[in-house]
Amino acid sequence: MTEKKYETIIVHSAKYLTEYTRKYRNRPIWATPDENLIYSFIPGTIIDVHVKAGEKLKEGDSLLILEAMKMHNNVQMPFDGQIVKVHVKPGEKIPKKHLMLEIKPL
Amino acid sequence: MSLKRNILDLRKRKSEVLKGGGEKAIEKQVAMGKLTARERILYILDEGSFHEYDLFVEHVGRDFDMEKKKLHGDGVIIGTGTIHGSPICIFAQDFTVAGGSLGLMHARKITKIMDHALKMRVPLIGINDSGGARIQEGVDSLAGYGEIFFRNTLASGVIPQISVILGPCAGGAVYSPALTDFVFVVNNISKMFITGPSVIKTVLGEEISMEELGGAKVHAEVTGNAHFYAESELECFDQIKKLMAYIPWNNKQKATKIEPQLPKKKTKIENIVPGDPKMPYDIRDIIGAITDDSEFFEIMELFAPNIVIGFGRLNGETVGFVANQPKVLAGVLDCDSSDKAARFIRYCNAFNIPIITLEDLPGYLPGVDQEHAGVIRHGAKILYAYSEATVPKITVIIRKAYGGGYIAMNSRHLRADFVFAWPTAEIAVMGPEGAANIVFRKEISEAEDPDAMRQVKIEEYKEKFANPYVAAARGYIDEVIEPEDTRKMLLHALQVSANKAVSGPSKKHGIPPF
Repeated sequence: MTEKKYETIIVHSAKYLTEYTRKYRNRPIWATPDENLIYSFIPGTIIDVHVKAGEKLKEGDSLLILEAMKMHNNVQMPFDGQIVKVHVKPGEKIPKKHLMLEIKPL
Repeated sequence: MSLKRNILDLRKRKSEVLKGGGEKAIEKQVAMGKLTARERILYILDEGSFHEYDLFVEHVGRDFDMEKKKLHGDGVIIGTGTIHGSPICIFAQDFTVAGGSLGLMHARKITKIMDHALKMRVPLIGINDSGGARIQEGVDSLAGYGEIFFRNTLASGVIPQISVILGPCAGGAVYSPALTDFVFVVNNISKMFITGPSVIKTVLGEEISMEELGGAKVHAEVTGNAHFYAESELECFDQIKKLMAYIPWNNKQKATKIEPQLPKKKTKIENIVPGDPKMPYDIRDIIGAITDDSEFFEIMELFAPNIVIGFGRLNGETVGFVANQPKVLAGVLDCDSSDKAARFIRYCNAFNIPIITLEDLPGYLPGVDQEHAGVIRHGAKILYAYSEATVPKITVIIRKAYGGGYIAMNSRHLRADFVFAWPTAEIAVMGPEGAANIVFRKEISEAEDPDAMRQVKIEEYKEKFANPYVAAARGYIDEVIEPEDTRKMLLHALQVSANKAVSGPSKKHGIPPF
């Protein structure tokens, strides 16, 4: 038994030697969302991009149109701020959780 | 003379229908590595016991030129037969006839045999191999599914219901197996999903093969929809027959008692478990050292393997085992393992099977993914299931019984009938490391050498609380036993519990955290 290489799990400060399951290995690891990065919430096609880097916008201004499941989704500015970088262009097909825009508050 | 003609006519009609979907369709079925519906039934049942009904049922589709089509038996075979000499009801969808698609009469045949099974209080086995609803029959086919689901629910907990997925089982059709007690799948043959790969690709752009989306392995390992996984149909049929030997035929009976045997395994129980509670071992070795002939029939082996469930026999009688598995994820409780154990506990309770709990766990699995996946409501299922169960409930604490895990694993407080502990048991609110950090926080942080002080305090706590005697002093455990006596104690506890009778307050039903 001592020859086998085990993984570890910590419960209440105690470190246990054990094996992992495939599902445990593939579990989502939590990361605090960065509100300055705008990701696609669904896979789809970029129909139009309404902004360019450096542009200053108000909360609610339209940033781009993402078509998914035949719907045109109007992606809006979440707060008053400025566009830092645009990562997508019209016609581009993107997966879910794809970085579309970087913004910053003003 | 004319009588003879009638009989010949019957034979001719029968042989016509028995061709199923015809030679070409059967060739295709064989090419997919599958047996035909009738072959499957014959393999599962005792030889020569199968009797078929509704052979001459015809479909009622009148649109889209369906009236011109002859569909033998309307794509499903129903009947009765025996397994281990006892009667059961069975149906098998015939993929060679219109892809086993479900229309009104197809569904009526299934519901007829289901009604029969429930009325006669005998098990029902359903073999699923169907392309889904027969679109040409429209809402009639939806009605058919609904009637099946209703009966699955009605029969749940009264007769054993077994689903065998031997082909596609997609869309709404998947909910009949999901409502039954045990689902069997076979590698490369079983496919179950609500929405298929092509639709997923079209609407979401996610590309996945049928096997990766809803193949046998996925359901056995990831989703927990399947309870038994086999590499071939024949292996699957053997599993079914083995299962049937362990369970009673209905909720008013006990499982058949067989000739008692001693455990085969010579391993001394105490040599299996490492002294260090942080080291792993395989709990199934302990089960094997306890049960008759060292037999253990594991259920859901691949899903949430941090808890082990299954049947064994003690003194010839079936018992259900629920055991933490230190070998995998240190045996923690999490969403999946709670779900798995809770459902099994309810199965055992419904069918009069005593539950033996073997306990060795550090607690619940920490992590954002677990909390967000609802470990609170999933974890609550196991508390609910144990508390609700009225069959004999016996717990053996092997090593760790910490915190919420201690309560959940059939503790005295949830009305366990007997709680035994090995001298290696540690029944405490948490392990010594965690407890020392909290209780002696000040001493540790103010010490010149905090790490050395922490070690001292951990040892101090271990000495005082990491044992079974504090719980024994309160009567929370009944007896601290020598590991070698485990089987003896279990046999006696079962003997004492044989006529157990308890009843709770009258209610329609509880509201378990589904």
